[in-house]
Amino acid sequence: MSQILDIALFFALGCFVLAICMAVYRLAVGPSMADRVLALDAMYINGMLTLLTLGLRFGSSLYFDIALLICMFGFVGSAAMAKFLLRGEVIEP
Amino acid sequence: MSADLPIWAVLVLSVLLVTAGFFALTGSLGMLRLPHFYSRIHAPTLANTLASFCIVVAIIVTAAVTEHRFVAHSLLISFFLIITSPVTAMLLMRAAIKRELQRREDQGTVSENAPEVKLEGSSLPEEEAGVSGGSTP
Repeated sequence: MSQILDIALFFALGCFVLAICMAVYRLAVGPSMADRVLALDAMYINGMLTLLTLGLRFGSSLYFDIALLICMFGFVGSAAMAKFLLRGEVIEP
Repeated sequence: MSADLPIWAVLVLSVLLVTAGFFALTGSLGMLRLPHFYSRIHAPTLANTLASFCIVVAIIVTAAVTEHRFVAHSLLISFFLIITSPVTAMLLMRAAIKRELQRREDQGTVSENAPEVKLEGSSLPEEEAGVSGGSTP
């Protein structure tokens, strides 16, 4: 019965890795700068999902904290880059 | 971890994991294949939030079955992502619209402003012509 769970875990991990590869392609050949920021946004969320799945696989609670940190700092990075594209500077006087 | 799980928990976890993987793949495929940026930004923003929610529910089910307690702090990631994902999408859309307008203005100022001037200039004589045309019979 645990074979089904292993297959589902590997399917989910493969899907996340494939999604990260697609985001890397969009990051490399994106026509505009906003496309690249969007690709980075999708990349950090997929990496966070990979870490959560690995934490589910190995039964460790350390992965959850790392995923929470990646979630928070990824949002800060994406918002800063979008603000830079919008205004030309991140911190406004 | 998967040794002492009952059968229904294994089935629920498998369905949740496969759903999460499918949604993450759908989001990135939409980001890869859709034609414009304004249609591309919809796919990962929606699908990644749903995939993270499925993974968080799977973590909660696992903790509830193995440790017999309700673990709520996994919902923090889903809650945070629900708040922050539309904020990032709106900032990116505004930045893309502003850069698009700036690029159009840099390309041709005359071809961009000429239809507005022509439309504003042509609206008044049409009204005058309509008024004058209605008054002459």
